[in-house]
Amino acid sequence: MLPEVQIKGIREGLLVSVGDGEWIVAEQSLLGELGRQKDFLKGARLILDVDQHEINAASMGRLRDQISEQGLSLWAVLSRSPLTERSAQAMGLATRIHQSEPEPEEKGEEDETPSSLTEANALLLRKTMRSGASLSHPGHVTLIGDVNPGAQIIASGDVVVWGRLRGLVHAGAEGDDRAVVCALDLSPTQLRIAGHIAIPPQERGEKTPEIAYVKDGEVVAEEWNIGRNKDEQK
Amino acid sequence: MARVITVTSGKGGVGKTTATANIGAALAALGNKVVCIDADIGLRNLDVVLGLENRIVYDLVDVVEGRCKLRQAMIRDKRLEELYLVPAAQTRDKSAVSPKDMKKVCDELGKDFDFVIIDSPAGIERGFKNAIAPADEIIIVTNPEVSAVRDADRIIGIVEAEQKGPAKLVVNRINHDMVSRGDMLAVADVLELLAVELIGIVPEDQAVLVSTNRGAPISLEAKSKTGQAFRDIARRIMGEQVAFTSANGGGGFIGRLSKLIRSGGD
Repeated sequence: MLPEVQIKGIREGLLVSVGDGEWIVAEQSLLGELGRQKDFLKGARLILDVDQHEINAASMGRLRDQISEQGLSLWAVLSRSPLTERSAQAMGLATRIHQSEPEPEEKGEEDETPSSLTEANALLLRKTMRSGASLSHPGHVTLIGDVNPGAQIIASGDVVVWGRLRGLVHAGAEGDDRAVVCALDLSPTQLRIAGHIAIPPQERGEKTPEIAYVKDGEVVAEEWNIGRNKDEQK
Repeated sequence: MARVITVTSGKGGVGKTTATANIGAALAALGNKVVCIDADIGLRNLDVVLGLENRIVYDLVDVVEGRCKLRQAMIRDKRLEELYLVPAAQTRDKSAVSPKDMKKVCDELGKDFDFVIIDSPAGIERGFKNAIAPADEIIIVTNPEVSAVRDADRIIGIVEAEQKGPAKLVVNRINHDMVSRGDMLAVADVLELLAVELIGIVPEDQAVLVSTNRGAPISLEAKSKTGQAFRDIARRIMGEQVAFTSANGGGGFIGRLSKLIRSGGD
């Protein structure tokens, strides 16, 4: 018999707890359960409670990808294992939710709509994201540094890069097409806002700060002009 | 204790093995006690490049599996007194050695040598993990082409995550004529993206192919400019300040390099 997977709706999203035993088995039953319920759970934000399971960074990355393939987004991992916590943090996942103890309120999920994202749900990072690095965050992301080709940022809110943005960027990843992407040098390999995908032209002359947003169903990028706040419509 | 330096690249075919052999030989020629380890198990060729293929009796896997003593697997170079090679096994694969084994071998070698130079296989899998596990320092070899630079960037990220210190960069096979025509990435373009310390620029040179086929490292050829490039790398590894010289005589772009070298991201 496979270990039990429990799914509870709490204020911060869906709290999913897995059973004890071998992680490989627990992971399978977790993915199986999510697969069975994916139509019901679609778009939910998951908080995964893995208790004492030890999960290294590579497995954590794989798990997150598999969960997002089911149309769900993993934003937090709770664990008693320091290794697992470190792996989660390395992936940009939260390891604490605001309540000290997740209160199991049996009310079904309260779907967080993207518009309820607050400024508090923003992440500020100072690093160079190299090829292969990946960051996904349920909120806004500000990065001081470069995003090199082969790296990616996926955010449900806005993305601001104080540096060169040359990798893949997806703003409004949960469907908010009011999200914007700004960068000092906006030359991503691919730029996505909500469901819109844009492939920027290869060569740009002057490297000026730009802002990209969706206008009339298309992604447009324009030069950032000081003194005019493009973002006022938000 | 020896400094353990791993030469790696991500992408294959950029010149890791050639760089390992030439840097190792150049360091030994400068009076250091050097041992090179071929960590590319199953696809060994550092022995060929060093011209020591026919002397192999035992290899790294024999050492790890206890069939011989480390001393027995070390082959002394025929030209340099203080250059040794620990060859890879050709009949096994990467799983025959673990990162722990590599650390153990390097600890043992460290007592008797100034430098342990490890030739890493391409890729980011087990063989690469083995090669960087014992490293104190990492040298990344790349070519001035987009795919090689992309892979180098990935490798630098992994090396940073493993806290192996900031990687240093060798740009191999630069063709100054192509660069000046705008047909090849310039060293400055590579550095702009990778943002790590540059430790060598090696020109594209057909003589390298000849020397690797002959099993005689070009860094031992006093008159070769390419050999000089490798000797310069060896001196920089030893802490000397060696100016970058441009093969085409025009110091213009080289002059800009030092300004472009920035510290890597944290």
